Amino acid sequence: MSPPGRSFVRGPAWLLVRRRLVQAPLVLLFVLVGGFLLLEAAPGDAVDAYVASLGGDAGLVHELRERWGLDRSPATRFILYLAGLATGDLGRSVAFDRPVLAVIAERLPVTLALAGGATTFAFALGTGLGILAGARPRGPLDRLLSAAALVLNATPSFWLGLLLALLFAVHLRWLPLAGIETIGAGYTGAARLFDVARHLVLPVSTLGLVYAALYLRLMRAGMVEAWRSDFVRAARAKGISRRRLVLRHVARNALLPVVTMLGLQSATLVGGSVVVESVFAVPGLGRLAAEAVTQRDFPLLLGILIVSALLVLLVNLLVDLLYARIDPRVELGARAP
Amino acid sequence: MPLSRRHLLAAATSPFVVPTAPVLAREPHRGGVLVVAADTEPRNLNPALVASNGVFYVASKVIEPLAEMAYGEPGFTPRLALGWQGSADGKSFTLRLREGVRFHDGRPFTSADVAYCALELWKKHQNLGRVFFVDLEAVDTPDPRTAVLRFAAPMPAQLIENALPALTAVVPRHLFEGTDPLANPHNQKLVGTGPFRFVEHRPGQYYRLERNPDYWDAPKPHLDGIVYRVLPDRGAIAAALEAGEVHLAAFSAVPLADMQRLAKLPGIAVIDRGYEGITYLVTVEINHRRKELADVRVRRAIAHAIDPNFVVERIFLGHAKPAIGPIPRFDARFHTADQPTYPYDPKRAEALLDEAGLPRGPNGVRFSVELLPAPWFEQTRQMGDYLRQALKAVGIEAKLVVKDPAGHQKAVYTDHAFDLAIGSPVYRNDPAISTTILYQGGLPPGVPFSNQYGWADPAMDELIARAARTLDPAERAELYRRFQRLAAEQLPLIPVVEFTFLTVASTRVHGVADNPRWAVSNWAETWLDA
Repeated sequence: MSPPGRSFVRGPAWLLVRRRLVQAPLVLLFVLVGGFLLLEAAPGDAVDAYVASLGGDAGLVHELRERWGLDRSPATRFILYLAGLATGDLGRSVAFDRPVLAVIAERLPVTLALAGGATTFAFALGTGLGILAGARPRGPLDRLLSAAALVLNATPSFWLGLLLALLFAVHLRWLPLAGIETIGAGYTGAARLFDVARHLVLPVSTLGLVYAALYLRLMRAGMVEAWRSDFVRAARAKGISRRRLVLRHVARNALLPVVTMLGLQSATLVGGSVVVESVFAVPGLGRLAAEAVTQRDFPLLLGILIVSALLVLLVNLLVDLLYARIDPRVELGARAP
Repeated sequence: MPLSRRHLLAAATSPFVVPTAPVLAREPHRGGVLVVAADTEPRNLNPALVASNGVFYVASKVIEPLAEMAYGEPGFTPRLALGWQGSADGKSFTLRLREGVRFHDGRPFTSADVAYCALELWKKHQNLGRVFFVDLEAVDTPDPRTAVLRFAAPMPAQLIENALPALTAVVPRHLFEGTDPLANPHNQKLVGTGPFRFVEHRPGQYYRLERNPDYWDAPKPHLDGIVYRVLPDRGAIAAALEAGEVHLAAFSAVPLADMQRLAKLPGIAVIDRGYEGITYLVTVEINHRRKELADVRVRRAIAHAIDPNFVVERIFLGHAKPAIGPIPRFDARFHTADQPTYPYDPKRAEALLDEAGLPRGPNGVRFSVELLPAPWFEQTRQMGDYLRQALKAVGIEAKLVVKDPAGHQKAVYTDHAFDLAIGSPVYRNDPAISTTILYQGGLPPGVPFSNQYGWADPAMDELIARAARTLDPAERAELYRRFQRLAAEQLPLIPVVEFTFLTVASTRVHGVADNPRWAVSNWAETWLDA
């Protein structure tokens, strides 16, 4: 990433990383305070959620509230939580009766596989088709792809998921419908990897298709804009081939907003995958977050928020580094004027 | 599974229920793993601590109660207890326990386990037992096969017997004694005496149970195992049934509208039996702290404004019955049809509201209320939509306030921040276990599914207390008939319909619905075609 002859630790990339590392604790604190206040504002607490589903009497309600520390003031609970966090303790999940870290560690790989797979699929498909559409704006292929993207973009993910499930799992029976592995199969190594990959095809496709439509539209719009630029006219005048013109000049310049979207999308993937995780019974962080809210499990929800915020910070850092790679005009580490 | 002519006739006339009659002629096949849809994963899976259908659904296959409900007389099948008898003074109840039963870890089941569970788990911690066993003083264990429950005040033997299926799950004393029961790891990694052993729980994915080769009722169970796949999306459950990835979905886990379509598919059956012992009601809960609603004429007017047949046909698609009082028809021992009813009659409703001094205003509205439908079932939410319209027709403006479970629990049962609410109480085999709490006055706030309505009637409280102490079954039944008549007359809450659930299953699955609590019983008799 650094220009030749400059070491990373002295280069602009390091400056950017250092600045983000300084910002990270502030971002995390903001996220934690916001998450805690939102959950506090919601009516009912973890004991209400527990007795609403499993019943109980006044004595049990009192006992549980004491046992789970809910008889203390919100401020005391939050300070105790922060004190625990300072020692690396994310607390104990009320809903699962297990350490938060263990619960999240179980689900995180699944979410990373789902979100990573969906992002890769969406980015590759969306930009690829976007280049095809933007190569000849208003041509028949552009019109077809733009219409398809519009339809796909307007399709609710749960509905798309169910349609794909009905086609590929129920009627054709090519793919498994739900879960992430064959229960009790005892696969190991490559066989297990293949089994998990098969189970992820439908959820990854569902999540990826919706975002692919977005990338397609962005890429296509960026290319339409780029076609009007002076440098494209100049390149044309120089007589370079159309293929080279499209890929090296038009598409490359249209890529920046798509990469920006990649960063933003990563922030929404954890939340956005709740529906897809529910439809395909994928045990990921999105479903876990929804359960944490329903159960008013504030240690678990705050733990998920911390992990999500860290993921977003990391992805955005990578996106910023990628900017400079794509467009040399972008100066890493530079402050806004 | 014995099917009477009445059941077959009922099945034939039901909108889309397939009778399972062919089972009668078949010998059970041994083997196979039954894959079942589950949509929740309870935090605590120990039925000795949490007597709840969500817990029983999985746990009842591993941990058994002393007895199970059965169709016909005497209404019970022995499980861990072979027989029982109450004393003449009602202060003791003797249980004769089954011999040769072992827990899944190989240790024998004895009366000491029953004594420990009764005194330390059911009485001290169980959601229902904390109230039910409040007078339990001691449990004598003269020998390993006998346990004698001793009470400080008379307890009707009939009431204790009725509580056996839901309140008396037995876990091993040696794994719980000396621990904090609520934090014991065996609340998740279950150990019991049931036909299936607990193997593993992968959160968010599945529970896996395997056949107990040392089951006391060998050669049962017929299945090699049961897998509960956690499928939170109801549409996905229907698709999983169609794809053959799931053999069975209980508790109406598939939307009723989908069920009509599934019932027409070859290889899938919809079964409406096996839930009578856990019949639910849809009720309109009324906050009597609100001046208008404290007037019995207004409550009767609301009852007249509701068309239960519409609710049955449009919301439950025929799979419910208009309720007659708070005790469902299935429990013929206590139910009576001889009580005041309030047939659908909007004109009568309007007349009653006028009589109560609540005329229509210039905008046609008599008064406004906040209506909170319980979020537990699709149908309770739909009932909220219907009730709003039904009330509007008689001049009552209802504003719908929809909350999630924790929010609803706090608003209705703790803060009393509602005017009307839609509830769905379950009946548990005896009015004293599940139903009188809906009418009893003086309960502290925060108790879910109880009288948090601000209604108190000394006559009702006296009746409830007397029935809970009356030893003679006939006299007790008569007291509960009076209870129903008083409840219908005063109408502190309005029972609208009673409903049970449906099971959707592959036709490969047999031995389904063989008792009135089948979905939450042990499934030792369930089997799969080869």
